Amino acid sequence: MKNIHNHPNYWAFIMHRLSGLALAAFLPVHLYVLGLALADSSAFDDFISWSNTPLLKFLETGLVVFLSAHLTGGVRLLALEFLEWRDWQNSMVALSCGISICAGLVFFLNAT
Amino acid sequence: MSNDLINVSIWRGGEDGEYQTYQVPRLESQTVLDVVTYIQRELDPSLSYRFACRVGVCGSCAMTVNGKARWTCRTHVSKVAEGGQLTLDPLNSMPRVKDLVVDMETFFNKWADAKGSFKGDKTRDDALAYISPDDPKRKISSAGIECIGCGACYATCDVIKWNPDYLGPAALNRAWTLVNDERDVTGLERLAAVAGDNGCLGCHSQQGCVERCPKSLNPTGAIAGLKRETIKAVLKGELS
Repeated sequence: MKNIHNHPNYWAFIMHRLSGLALAAFLPVHLYVLGLALADSSAFDDFISWSNTPLLKFLETGLVVFLSAHLTGGVRLLALEFLEWRDWQNSMVALSCGISICAGLVFFLNAT
Repeated sequence: MSNDLINVSIWRGGEDGEYQTYQVPRLESQTVLDVVTYIQRELDPSLSYRFACRVGVCGSCAMTVNGKARWTCRTHVSKVAEGGQLTLDPLNSMPRVKDLVVDMETFFNKWADAKGSFKGDKTRDDALAYISPDDPKRKISSAGIECIGCGACYATCDVIKWNPDYLGPAALNRAWTLVNDERDVTGLERLAAVAGDNGCLGCHSQQGCVERCPKSLNPTGAIAGLKRETIKAVLKGELS
């Protein structure tokens, strides 16, 4: 049986949804940790040293990929809907995917 | 199973039913519609399905072939049979009547809801409108008018599964061809009909319709065009 969803633009749609949900879940945590810097600087320092572990850097890389994928995917959708139609939609998906992976790699290589 | 036979599982019944399996001789250049016709004429006359032209013009023979909506008259068995197996279902997102026949009334009513009929203001006594085939708007319109109304895009669209009131790719594509027809006078009335969550703004640009259109049309592009025209009209205060 062939899956009707197995094409690049559907995968781009799923990625946009998942990255959006992940970023929405991350944002309150991010703001809470930033708030620690004002409320309890020693707790903040503890958190920062904890976040310097390789596992956390790896997870952060995933976050950077999601952030970049959501950004480039959003720009892709805006271009699709507000500019004249381009027939290279699959290339736009590939481009946003490539940029996101590069962003993740740059972050990871700098972090390690 | 012999290489000279195709194993065909066909949905029998309406919303409730089951698959029935038939063995059909494999022939050169055989289409899926040939297979269904063979079963109905030689093996089981009670099988219900639709077809008319057999050459990709009428749009009546679309079915779900191995999970994907296809026009069966122009789909070769050799391209879609996986390991000699064909599984045929009626189109998705439409009420099942019997076997491979679906009720397309809602599908076509949505064309009317999207103001899909031409309305001009000239009479037979007026001169013919002169529109060059190179006119940009005419080109946009011409790109979408070859729709045969087979329903493959509609059966593939996820938004219709989530929101049954969504007008769907075919009706919106039709509306877009008329928005770009300079002779048509429906204008804002049509734009109001196709705006909103049940219209163009409900589309998530997944482009399954583009993938599955047997005529290689671009309903997502048409819907994106309608979104732009809707937003322009809202910014001008013509649409609220």
